Amino acid sequence: MWSWVGHRITGVVIFVFLLVHVLDTSLVRVSPEAYTAVIGAYKNPIMGLGEAALVAAIVFHAFNGLRIIAIDFWKKGPKYQRQMLWTVLIAWAVVMIPFLIRHLSIVFGGH
Amino acid sequence: MSSNVIASPRSNSAQSPQYKRNKSAHSSFEMTAWLFMRVSGVVLVVLIFGHLFVNLMLGDGIHAIDFGFVAGKWSSPFWQWWDLVMLWLAMLHGTNGVRTIINDYAERNGTRMTLKTVLYAAAVVIIVLGTLVIFTFDPCPAGAVIDLPSFCPVP
Repeated sequence: MWSWVGHRITGVVIFVFLLVHVLDTSLVRVSPEAYTAVIGAYKNPIMGLGEAALVAAIVFHAFNGLRIIAIDFWKKGPKYQRQMLWTVLIAWAVVMIPFLIRHLSIVFGGH
Repeated sequence: MSSNVIASPRSNSAQSPQYKRNKSAHSSFEMTAWLFMRVSGVVLVVLIFGHLFVNLMLGDGIHAIDFGFVAGKWSSPFWQWWDLVMLWLAMLHGTNGVRTIINDYAERNGTRMTLKTVLYAAAVVIIVLGTLVIFTFDPCPAGAVIDLPSFCPVP
């Protein structure tokens, strides 16, 4: 139940960001100055935290999506759905910890 | 078989009439959409994890991203096609996901119609815009001076 709610919420968040992300990237067609100015906004520390949250949402949605596929197509999937949810959460932490160390040290490292 | 044995659910006995699937075009679309979510989902895990790793983890991470970074990537057909497939699959996957959510929560017919019209219009605009940007992109635009990739001729 909660994984289902989490999947929907992270899905909507990722979709909204995707719309914005295509628009900001499209500025490369306007001019290098326009693109670099807008992408500069992604480099401040507050946006850096937002990116960390976005990646956290993407990684959860990705791993829980693979779990949904396993439940639908693997014969023993429904039986092991709860164990697979724990696997999703552990895999999420395993990916997120190194990501956060690297990304946040870049964001807060000062260049 | 004794009379008190319960027939298996989809057997064609009098107690359990033949199970019939609805074969209308509508249900076939929903089946295709359901399958598409799973197939595109697996591909998107690879494409998006790769995208995030190359853009946020390698080199200087997000600090390295500027016009020259994008120009460098899109000078290669590999990244052009990577980003094109990612754009189309992510947009279709996301649009179908939001369509499902609208169908679940918007109860009035008019509300559902309006929300889905806005959704589809936004999806078409973003997919067309993104596709045009990837393939009409000029890494060395005339008159530009800052953040150009190193392979551009010196003005």
